[in-house]
Amino acid sequence: MANFETMTINMGPQHPSTHGVLQLVLELDGEIVVKATPHVGFLHRGVEKLSEHRTYHQVLPLTDRLDYLAPMHNNLGYVLAVEKLLGLTDAIPERAQVVRVMLAELTRIKSHLVWLACHALDIGAMTVFIYCFREREHIMNFYEKISGARMTSNYFRVGGLSADLPDGIEQEIRQFIDDMPGHIATYEGLLTGNKIWQKRIQGVGVISAEDAIDLGVTGPSLRGSGVDWDLRRDQPYSGYENYDFEVAVSDGCDTWARYHARLKEMRESCKIIRQALDKLKPGPILADAPKICLPPKKDVVNSIEGLIHHFKIVTEGFKPEPGEVYVGVENPKGEVGFYIVSDGSPRPYRMKIRSASFVNLQALPKMCEGSLIADVVAVIGTLDIVLGEIDR
Amino acid sequence: MSAQVAVDKLKAQFGETVLTVSEFRGETTVVVKKDEIVAICAFLKKELGYNFLTDLCAIDYLGQAPRFMIVYQLYNIGIHQRLRIKAAVDESDARIDTVSCVWATANWLERECYDLMGIVFNNHPDPRRILLAADWVGHPLRKDYPVQGPDREPYQGRLQ
Repeated sequence: MANFETMTINMGPQHPSTHGVLQLVLELDGEIVVKATPHVGFLHRGVEKLSEHRTYHQVLPLTDRLDYLAPMHNNLGYVLAVEKLLGLTDAIPERAQVVRVMLAELTRIKSHLVWLACHALDIGAMTVFIYCFREREHIMNFYEKISGARMTSNYFRVGGLSADLPDGIEQEIRQFIDDMPGHIATYEGLLTGNKIWQKRIQGVGVISAEDAIDLGVTGPSLRGSGVDWDLRRDQPYSGYENYDFEVAVSDGCDTWARYHARLKEMRESCKIIRQALDKLKPGPILADAPKICLPPKKDVVNSIEGLIHHFKIVTEGFKPEPGEVYVGVENPKGEVGFYIVSDGSPRPYRMKIRSASFVNLQALPKMCEGSLIADVVAVIGTLDIVLGEIDR
Repeated sequence: MSAQVAVDKLKAQFGETVLTVSEFRGETTVVVKKDEIVAICAFLKKELGYNFLTDLCAIDYLGQAPRFMIVYQLYNIGIHQRLRIKAAVDESDARIDTVSCVWATANWLERECYDLMGIVFNNHPDPRRILLAADWVGHPLRKDYPVQGPDREPYQGRLQ
């Protein structure tokens, strides 16, 4: 028998505010959400299964396609996990470490720009969207110059980087981060004092620190609830301990607090990039591990050792000793972790990806039940989910 | 408090239930019996401060007994320390108690584990598939599930 007390509607998977293919089944009492049930999996490609059938170097391009708004972070988490498995962590050259940090932070700005653009657009502030994408285009161009691709960069390698930075890119990045704080001020000028923006996000999507920890929320969504935890500072990787930055924490527990936390994070990222540019010195970009790292092209065509190593690595891969490692990195969305189990073969025996968006999305019913249906749009925006990462 | 201290306290509390402790690349792994997994997790959370369940997954050791290993990645936000708990599950009785009563985040992680690996979680509040369609047959992350799908011949390369 039909239930006339409440009405059940589908929001998504084809809905502009669901940022991909997220389906929410909403049970409504008038305008009030009584129950929200997320349905995910529409983009499931079986990355974990595929990775069991590829060598360690071949798995890397799969990781780009998880969180496609922050591909460098996924690459970074994966290569760090494999390097830890190999015991290669301390052998990574300084230049590779610094470039990794610099690009990871550029990626954070890029990802946060998409968050702000789409979040504001969903709520009705169109102008911010155009401005954010204007700045994002600069980072996309850096990506293209550095890695050859705008989205799926696949630039980091186990042991270092795939190629050195192109000439002149450092000045361009420096120019960009000199301009960026002014752009962030522009976004704030458009939004922070805007009455509509305030009304739409203040007190919306409230989640307490205890609930957020219980539900496994990480990243800026957790720091917006006042939890001072950032893996870059608390479990530093890739040399983050050498950089001076603040962890962006905001106390409000609502969408407004998370908005401020992410804006501050973008400013801190600019600081880190500037420090990285100052640290950047010429030097090797690959670890001295010829059985693991693919040799540079000039060695492949000019030396017999290079050719043999290249052939062996491409046809057979390398074999880490049996064991298991977990490495978590601070993705723009939260903690992305790679748990790799090796059985001594050239392929991961099991690779589990801890996806930040997947776990964060679990908090969505808690954050929007009891509020208006229009607030669901704000909550999806503030969680900053990427379906490619959720569905894997 | 290092992970060793936590492991010692865990051993003192649960004795025989803690089977082995190993360390690899600075990461501590504790293998426990599956019977008391909820009590162990509750103890780790309340007494030892491992308040954050980072991840939960299963590994399929096809051909070995017990076949499955359930892995819990824990994190202590207070002292920033990780600990890994593992519990073996046999193929004939591929079930283990849910820890979603200890950490709410386990709800979806266990659903994913059931969906892709076919481990049943006793007393789970919402035991549905999550990533695959509700009528999907099989559990793709099992080692005996072919990578190209159940009804297709394996790809032999273009020359075949």
